[in-house]
Amino acid sequence: MTTYIIRRLILAAIVLFLVSVFVFLAMRLLPGDPVLMYMSASSVQEITEEQLNLVRHQFGLDKTLPMQYLDWITGVFRGDLGTSILNRSPVMQEILRRLPITVHLGILAFIIATIVGIPAGVLCAVRRGSWLDNLVTTLANIGITVPVFWLGILLIYLFALYFKWLPVMGYTSPFENFWLSTKQLIMPVFCLAVGPIAGNARQTRSSMLEVIRKDYIRTAWSKGLRERAIIMKHALKNGLMPVVTLSGMGVGTILGGAVLIEQVFNIPGIGRLTVTSVMNQDYPYVQAIALIMAISIVFSNLLVDISYGWLDPRVHYD
Amino acid sequence: MSGEATLRPDIIENTPRVSEFRRFFRVFFNRGVVVFGMFIILLFVIAAVFAPWLAPYNPDKIDMNNALLQPGKAHWLGTDSLGRDTLSRTIYGTRVSLIIGLVVVVLGSIVGMALGLIAGYFGGWTHAVVMRLVDMLMAFPMLILALLIVSLLGGGIENVIMALAFAMVPAYARLMCGQVMTVKENDYILAGRSMGANHMRIMLRHLAPNCFPPLIVMMTMMLGTTILAEAGLSFLGIGVQPPIATWGNMVNDGRQYLLSNPILSFAPGLAIMLVVYAFNMVGDGLRDALDPQLRGVI
Repeated sequence: MTTYIIRRLILAAIVLFLVSVFVFLAMRLLPGDPVLMYMSASSVQEITEEQLNLVRHQFGLDKTLPMQYLDWITGVFRGDLGTSILNRSPVMQEILRRLPITVHLGILAFIIATIVGIPAGVLCAVRRGSWLDNLVTTLANIGITVPVFWLGILLIYLFALYFKWLPVMGYTSPFENFWLSTKQLIMPVFCLAVGPIAGNARQTRSSMLEVIRKDYIRTAWSKGLRERAIIMKHALKNGLMPVVTLSGMGVGTILGGAVLIEQVFNIPGIGRLTVTSVMNQDYPYVQAIALIMAISIVFSNLLVDISYGWLDPRVHYD
Repeated sequence: MSGEATLRPDIIENTPRVSEFRRFFRVFFNRGVVVFGMFIILLFVIAAVFAPWLAPYNPDKIDMNNALLQPGKAHWLGTDSLGRDTLSRTIYGTRVSLIIGLVVVVLGSIVGMALGLIAGYFGGWTHAVVMRLVDMLMAFPMLILALLIVSLLGGGIENVIMALAFAMVPAYARLMCGQVMTVKENDYILAGRSMGANHMRIMLRHLAPNCFPPLIVMMTMMLGTTILAEAGLSFLGIGVQPPIATWGNMVNDGRQYLLSNPILSFAPGLAIMLVVYAFNMVGDGLRDALDPQLRGVI
């Protein structure tokens, strides 16, 4: 088990290194001189070649590419993600301000996806072929296909504009005004959770159906155990394996969905920042966000891999 | 999804050998949702191909006198803020979505499968390098990867296609690689090699065709995923640029008039959902029909 975890950690480190190289190169492979990005269009006209070289030296752009990478990555480790092209503010500061908002939404969505999706899938598998199964399966199939931004707009129309039950959009910190914060979060969190709920339900249903046919489940029945004990103790733990993998991938779905949902509901998180930075071609932001998202996904995959060992002692790691 | 189609005992007993094709069609068309999905896809393909004849108006014709009309006889789905006919724009939007979906899936799958084939076939270092690159790309949510690339290349149909195709390569590569590693253990690969077939021939003639079934399923599903992602990019205003009608930017344009003209956002969004749903259901059906575990049973 320990060797397995160490192996996983090494693999994750390699992937993280590659991610950082990719993000770094994506920046450097931009058409045009990176120095020019840091200057306004007007000053570019007047600047001489000598001044340009001076600036290049200042930014360390006259070094070789590997050295530039080294400079950049040591900065990243020190928490320096560069400065915004648009307003020259440190990227890290803005990201730290916005990240908690997205994390808040994301964690809620993830929890809801787990506590709704998995029981729904179990219910379908146990009552296979019933009207309940058909209903939930159909809803789940719709859930994995609905465009979340459109769903958000539908919900706004229905619950905010038509019934006027919920505020249209915006975000308030729960520490400031808990009630308002909760009301504002209902729709965006639901939108973020829909895909993962549906995915979890589908995966749980199909893997439970597979497990239920196994011999040890028949043994459990013939021992005279109650249905509840068989499902909860014998079937679920084995049936959950693929669901764990899927939940891990759900982190990516939620982060990607946040980009769309924060735009729809006007929530000042990382997702909205992504869109505005892409629009303003503020590359340091785009670079930093891509890096942060990739890191969180690598870590959640690592957690999934490690939890496998805990969930299934049969898994032998070579 | 309902992994096994109904195993009717009479069929198992009375049909010792059914032709692969007939078995495929029987399982495939056995389920209502799959037929429904095929029907929807057919409708959208017809809409895309015959758009100029089906659309009642020119989708880009601005008519300020008839702006923001409610649905009625002249304009079944009303008009947008520039007086353009919503139905016509939705029909033309089908073209953009389907073409982008198709091109992205073809491009992404060719590159991805080639990488997976090489990695799986040669193994060792090649495998390690390709798979680490795949892991690296898979660490980015698809939309983020596409956004990163579009932000570097700029918007426009070609760049959106490039970005989405690139974002899909790792998924194909990983699946193909796994397939190749199982298939290459078969005796017929050894036989091919002993007959003196070179690497290229073994990979293309012996391995690839036998790895294909799960990839067809993936390609079908990816059509839906691509259409969804393209709509997302257009919705953010980062993908295909106006005035070209795409479902994504129509949903976004309609947001401002949500209270008075909700249909402007609803109609194109419904189109996205229907077509993605259809591709997913057909993908599910294909998976059941191609499942080797059911071969010879139904």
